[in-house]
Amino acid sequence: MRAVEGPFALTHHHANTDRIFCLNEAAERQGLHRGMGYSDARAFCPDLQSYPANLQEDARFQRVLARWAKRYCPWVGLEGEDGLVLNITGSAHLFGGEDAMLHDMRARLSRAGFLSRIGLADTRGAAWALAHHAPGIAPPGQSHQAIAALPVMALRLKETVSTSLQRVGIRTIADLVAVPRATVTRRFGREVLLRLDQALGGQGEDISPVPDPPSYQMRISLPEPIGLAADVQAGVERLLDPLCARLKANDMGARKLELTLRRVDQNAQSVELRLARPMRDPHRILPLFERGIREVDAGYGIDQMRLVATQVEPQPARQITHVEGAPTDKLDDLVTRIGNRIGLENVQRFLPADSHIPERSHIIAPAAWSEPAGGWAVVRDRPIRLFAPEPVAATGRTPPRHLRWRRMALAVERVTGPERIAPEWWLPDDNWRSGVRDYWKVETRQGRRLWMFYTPQNPGWFVQGEFA
Amino acid sequence: MTAAITDYFPLRQGRAHEVCGAGAYGFACALAGQLGGNVMWIREDWQPELLNPEGFLPFFDPRKLLFAKGESQIDVLASGEEALRSGAVNLTVMELSKPIGLTEGRRLQLAAEAGKSTGLCIISEGMGSNAAESRWRCAPIFDPADSTLIRWEIIKNKSGTLTRWDLRWDAETRRITVVSKAGQRPAPAHARG
Repeated sequence: MRAVEGPFALTHHHANTDRIFCLNEAAERQGLHRGMGYSDARAFCPDLQSYPANLQEDARFQRVLARWAKRYCPWVGLEGEDGLVLNITGSAHLFGGEDAMLHDMRARLSRAGFLSRIGLADTRGAAWALAHHAPGIAPPGQSHQAIAALPVMALRLKETVSTSLQRVGIRTIADLVAVPRATVTRRFGREVLLRLDQALGGQGEDISPVPDPPSYQMRISLPEPIGLAADVQAGVERLLDPLCARLKANDMGARKLELTLRRVDQNAQSVELRLARPMRDPHRILPLFERGIREVDAGYGIDQMRLVATQVEPQPARQITHVEGAPTDKLDDLVTRIGNRIGLENVQRFLPADSHIPERSHIIAPAAWSEPAGGWAVVRDRPIRLFAPEPVAATGRTPPRHLRWRRMALAVERVTGPERIAPEWWLPDDNWRSGVRDYWKVETRQGRRLWMFYTPQNPGWFVQGEFA
Repeated sequence: MTAAITDYFPLRQGRAHEVCGAGAYGFACALAGQLGGNVMWIREDWQPELLNPEGFLPFFDPRKLLFAKGESQIDVLASGEEALRSGAVNLTVMELSKPIGLTEGRRLQLAAEAGKSTGLCIISEGMGSNAAESRWRCAPIFDPADSTLIRWEIIKNKSGTLTRWDLRWDAETRRITVVSKAGQRPAPAHARG
């Protein structure tokens, strides 16, 4: 998406109506706010541009950002739908102190086009309060003072609770601290004090960090450089076993593997293997590497090998039954071998398609991403070869007695037809601009059996195929 | 005509053969139907003609067909060798546009032997390689009563004589029927067409 000028909002369908999910500053200046009905917003601000929010992608992106934030500390968790929480204890000095770290964070985020609000304090609750209401740093031990003047909303309370607190005159956190604790619990429940204690450090609070996605890579360093193909093969076997075990534990199968061989002279060679089916069986994968390994130039020797499954797909365990057809392992391996030479998408299979148009009666699909499908049925004779229509000099609605095709003089002996095929008007196709076609099977004295058609709306004869 | 077609067809397994002529595609399809099992069909990607799976239907099940496109004849031959050697397919059809040398021809033979599968090169007339086990010339012929008549002719044979047959393809039983010589041929009960 391109950047937009002027008021802009993301909308989200929630509680039976479209609401504003997120908006920019220009829109805020027009008096719009989050959670407002979209039609109201349009009434306030007729030139509002909008786009539906994509929550799944947002959530995915939040995780991406969490992974990025691991550059600051290992302990990164998600905070709500639009935040991250970092426990930077012990890592701030690596960036030259808290100030410098936050500055770095802000600079990098703004360079990527983000508006960020960052709060730093002794406790998670205080940091949240600062980030949402007064971005900045609370010096160690002074979180209490830093958040004292903030409204009670800053304690991560529910909207209703904070409203009722404000109704009885408790507006800031300092007000809440001054009230006797017992009365607060009695009137507003345990949550208020729990949040207060969490913010002031009286009560501990954990961060659950986002787990790293499982990594499918293995590495081996060799004490002495190796150069023989058989040795490399043995090394790959050692890497493959644990890699496949890890794939199996996660119910995944490798689709693409990359083997990087680092040579003594720091030069690296890599062998890529694309598999026709997701696979995690080391005994089947290993022989497929053979050809790639043979082509590697080992130079002065290889002293480090790295095997990465760069593309994985879910491969759930399967129940083996007698109903299932014969296993296609050998065929899949063949597709892999040929595919690694000529490109995996160049090994194809035909799938039936629902169309009368001869060229569209089948789909060509890469064999690696499709299963053979049934449903082939033809009512009429069809040629085994099809070519682009080749014009033939002839007139009339019935096939000519004599014709010249590909510099051959052919005498027509028997014709079968016509079979009228109308173009599929709902699909634009330049080849069918000439209108309906009357197809004929034309048998010649010379033997050739051609599939010809006549276009009555645009008189002309063409040869389009040849029968067996 | 003494030689029976069954001695020659289906082609000898574990060997690579050649076929030329206008009926070469039909020959390949008939062979695929007779051998059963999977078929790998390899050709160069610039070939403008399309194979029409609907047309294969009378011969064999298009679900059994895998189709590979190589950039050059080298790719076609190399992929063909892989397919023959693997033994995962019963028949490997290669469409060749240039004559192949003895080395390539011999490699195909060795690969076919290793995988115990049959190789078939579709070639142009007069382009054959000496390493081929047999070479066939196939052409459709016109018959007033029948529209599937074909003439198959062995024009090179390493282990047998050169002969020729006129045959007909029976789509229902998926097999070939030898037709006796013209003149003695009984007209089929129902003329197909």
